[in-house]
Amino acid sequence: MTRGFAPLLGLVLCVGVGALAWATEGFRVITSEGARQVSIARHPIPIPNVRLIDQDGHTFSFGDYHGRTIFVDFIYTRCPKLCGELGDDFRQALSRSDAKNGHVAFLSISFDRADDREALQLYADRYAARAPRWRVAMPYDARGLSMLLQTFGVTVIPDGMGGFVHDGTIYAVDESGRVARILDPGARIAAVPP
Amino acid sequence: MTRGLVLVVWGILWLVRTPLESDMALHMTVQLPLLIGIGYMLATFLRPHEPRWFARADWFGIPGLLLVVFATSFWMLPRMLDLALSDPWIDLIKFASLPLLAGLPLGLSWSRMPGLGRAFLWANFIPKLAAIGGLYLAAPTRLCAYYRLDQQTTAGAALIAVAVALGLSWSAVLFIGSPPFWSKGGENAVERMRGAASGGP
Repeated sequence: MTRGFAPLLGLVLCVGVGALAWATEGFRVITSEGARQVSIARHPIPIPNVRLIDQDGHTFSFGDYHGRTIFVDFIYTRCPKLCGELGDDFRQALSRSDAKNGHVAFLSISFDRADDREALQLYADRYAARAPRWRVAMPYDARGLSMLLQTFGVTVIPDGMGGFVHDGTIYAVDESGRVARILDPGARIAAVPP
Repeated sequence: MTRGLVLVVWGILWLVRTPLESDMALHMTVQLPLLIGIGYMLATFLRPHEPRWFARADWFGIPGLLLVVFATSFWMLPRMLDLALSDPWIDLIKFASLPLLAGLPLGLSWSRMPGLGRAFLWANFIPKLAAIGGLYLAAPTRLCAYYRLDQQTTAGAALIAVAVALGLSWSAVLFIGSPPFWSKGGENAVERMRGAASGGP
């Protein structure tokens, strides 16, 4: 071995392992969604008080849910596949938790600016969603939408066929109105014990 | 002159980063390798100016090539691909670190690594590339928030194609010999490896 080899090797190892540990949240995740999940579990994020409008045309905001847990998903009403699975899951979870407690609410937020109140209502009818237990809603304006997408960390990209590609992620908002948990990808709340 | 050309390519890559990064396969199999290639070219110009302490401490090129492995693994993480797209500053760091922390040490340290060590690195890198490609090809869910599933599948196929091409050309060099414009002496890698295995130069 030559002089300076051991210190140089040590430096490269420290910097390299350190950088990889940072990027993978301590070798636990490799995707940005996984990283988001870890960081939210550690530091819940307060949600800005964005005004939304639901399927019945009523306005509300996250502040109105104070003291209740909300399960939130992001959808668009023309969504051919993924949103259907999300909708079925919410419906099943709702039918089960209905009898038991009133402190759980469901909220499906449309990120498609082409959606209007009628589209929300049709979507709600498809899954028998009734406000206020399960609101199908959209933010009042584009600014509110981008604030929500940023807070929840939702990435929506065009699918190249006029629709969107998005994650079927379900978020749990805690009693004090913070994004507190991201459910595992593919996890369904209907399968989680209450 | 050539030095200027490398810097121009570097600048052009930055200007066309949006179209290149809009597709996962182009991002992984065109942009990232070109950035590493820029650093590799820089090494050919900078070799005469290489600090002596580094040349001495870089025993058999081990620390340098280890740095290459870390830097390339880091920027191939799906999370870092996403971050490079969503945050221009992160992308700027990528544009600086892939040439300087992957391509440059690759160019400087590769020649110090004995043939057997190089063969070991190739034999590890090629199957790993193909395995990552296979993972992308078969994954039922998206690994990057900014890429569609079909783009991910294409990227997987592209990575496998690159691995196959590398494997074929490496075998060709190994068993037939490098093309005449490559090496001066006409010796092939098998001879170099034999030399290394028998404790050669």
